[in-house]
Amino acid sequence: MSGLAGDIVTAVLVLAGSLMCLAAGVGLLRFPDVLSRLHAATKPQIFGLMAITADVAVNNFTLGTLTLVVAIVVFQALTAPMAAHLVARSAYDTQHLRADLLVTDELAPFRRQNRV
Amino acid sequence: MTSRRARLASLINQLPLFLGLALLWMLLWGNFSWLNLVTGAVFAAVVSVVFYLPAVQLSGRVNPVRLVLYLSWLLFDIIRASIQVAFLALAPHYRASNAVLAIHMRTRSDLVLTWTAVSTSIVPGSIVIDTDRENSTLYLHVLNMKDREATERFRQSVLATERRIVLALGSREDVKALAGARRESKRQAGENG
Repeated sequence: MSGLAGDIVTAVLVLAGSLMCLAAGVGLLRFPDVLSRLHAATKPQIFGLMAITADVAVNNFTLGTLTLVVAIVVFQALTAPMAAHLVARSAYDTQHLRADLLVTDELAPFRRQNRV
Repeated sequence: MTSRRARLASLINQLPLFLGLALLWMLLWGNFSWLNLVTGAVFAAVVSVVFYLPAVQLSGRVNPVRLVLYLSWLLFDIIRASIQVAFLALAPHYRASNAVLAIHMRTRSDLVLTWTAVSTSIVPGSIVIDTDRENSTLYLHVLNMKDREATERFRQSVLATERRIVLALGSREDVKALAGARRESKRQAGENG
């Protein structure tokens, strides 16, 4: 794709992607505890990555880039939640979360029940 | 004789995963040739022998239309929720209010539980803290849950994700269990209403 249409697609996708990464950074600073910060650190960035890699794929449309982009996005989508989950679980179990910010904690009874 | 048949059945069960590994190899090289397919297959075999893991119990049922529907929903959810979380991070008067929710799945398959956990985790705003395999329950930390109404809405959305996954990839028993659970909840709603 070339010309004006290509430029517009690039502008929209790259701007959307960088806005997401910016928001992730701001969220990392502003959110109050480990678990909320995890949301900011791991999530909007996936959409940002998808937007930017989609732009790369649109501008260099070959089978090679397309497959690489698919592989990148799939791996990010599969690995980011795992990392988030491990950090979340250890943060919860070591009480690095602000209970005063929770409207409900349905895991606490389960943890009490299974404590040895 | 039976053990040979059982081994054959387990090989057939593993075939999609094996092909997936070979496909991944070709994706990473970015070209689809016979040579790449063969080397991919060789590496897939080596990887599955060297890094041996317990066999994944696939359901043996795929509904392609439902699968596409599920993936499109997932993509839509990711985009919508990313914008929400980004907005939340940038909103000037942000006040934190989160929730840790226990969500009981309606089906009891490891595969569906895993898929649901991964799909709810990649959608921004929710992180899996823990899972309880025996009761097929997910424990999630959810961002920006102000009241009970919001948590119930979120619970329904996770159950809807589970439903889409079961319809796309779940076994026949799961689909039946799901239909049963739906009838049950409808009946209860009817009695209450």
